[in-house]
Amino acid sequence: MADTDWVLALKNKFSEAVDEVSSGCLVLPGEDIFRAINFLKREYGFDYLMNLAALDYKDRLAVVYNLYSFKLKGKVCLKVFLPRDNPTIESMTGIFAAANWQEREAFDLMGINFTGHPDLRRILLPDDYAGYPLRKDYTKEGFLPMPTV
Amino acid sequence: MALINKLPIITEKLPGGQIILSSVDFILNWSKESSLWPMSFGLACCAIEMMATGAARYDMDRFGAGVFRASPRQCDLMIVAGTVNEKMSKRLRLLYDQMPEPKYVMAMGSCAISGGPYYYDSYNVVKGVDLIVPVDVHIPGCPPRPEALLFGLMQLQKKIKKESIKNG
Repeated sequence: MADTDWVLALKNKFSEAVDEVSSGCLVLPGEDIFRAINFLKREYGFDYLMNLAALDYKDRLAVVYNLYSFKLKGKVCLKVFLPRDNPTIESMTGIFAAANWQEREAFDLMGINFTGHPDLRRILLPDDYAGYPLRKDYTKEGFLPMPTV
Repeated sequence: MALINKLPIITEKLPGGQIILSSVDFILNWSKESSLWPMSFGLACCAIEMMATGAARYDMDRFGAGVFRASPRQCDLMIVAGTVNEKMSKRLRLLYDQMPEPKYVMAMGSCAISGGPYYYDSYNVVKGVDLIVPVDVHIPGCPPRPEALLFGLMQLQKKIKKESIKNG
């Protein structure tokens, strides 16, 4: 990720932050992410959570935060890797109200638990749905994978 | 002289009006097929084609089926226009059950017929609306053109014409 002021400041503050060259994200450990986003919002004016996404890398899961600053006209991408069994991360609803539904979606489809979320339940699928369908190993009765030609 | 030729003489003697001789089946089926009130059950892009069919250019009202109702209790025909997912399937069955008899269902488009492009790798799409409700006419297409929907409607009318009170 391009070494802008705020990225350098993040790297100074959080020594464990590393660049991920393939995606241009800054990878942080799970326990630092809340403080990092809070720092970016307070100190640099990253006032807009563009996107909160969850990914499945087969061996582990990840949560990606895309922030935008209207003042600096700059973006920053933060990523956290989580273990496959019981992936848990702190909720961002305390910083961005917009995180509420996006975290519910990540919980609904990827099964990521956000601690401190005010209303963590399924948002798209029925409440009695079993499993997390966007995980790579998801299957259920009647689920047909695309045949390979 | 056959009775049918005497009919004008008989009607003339009755006070006011005329008499038409027909079969109960014909009159019932004719009235059923000529005023099919569809339910506005648009679920996806097929609904756009359904709206176009109901609008002035294609004018579904010519077939007596242009009165789209927002309540299932006023409907005879459910045009399932779009993708049905599992969350919707319970509502769809409920709405079907709320429609008064006689009721008909048209599955419009690939999604309603079989799940369409969501047949594989899909975790929440019903693979054909005929798994939930009995379907009278399937209209293929993605989405079907308004002409196809009108053709499907005419097929349904043909089907209704063959009904009889004898079979219950």
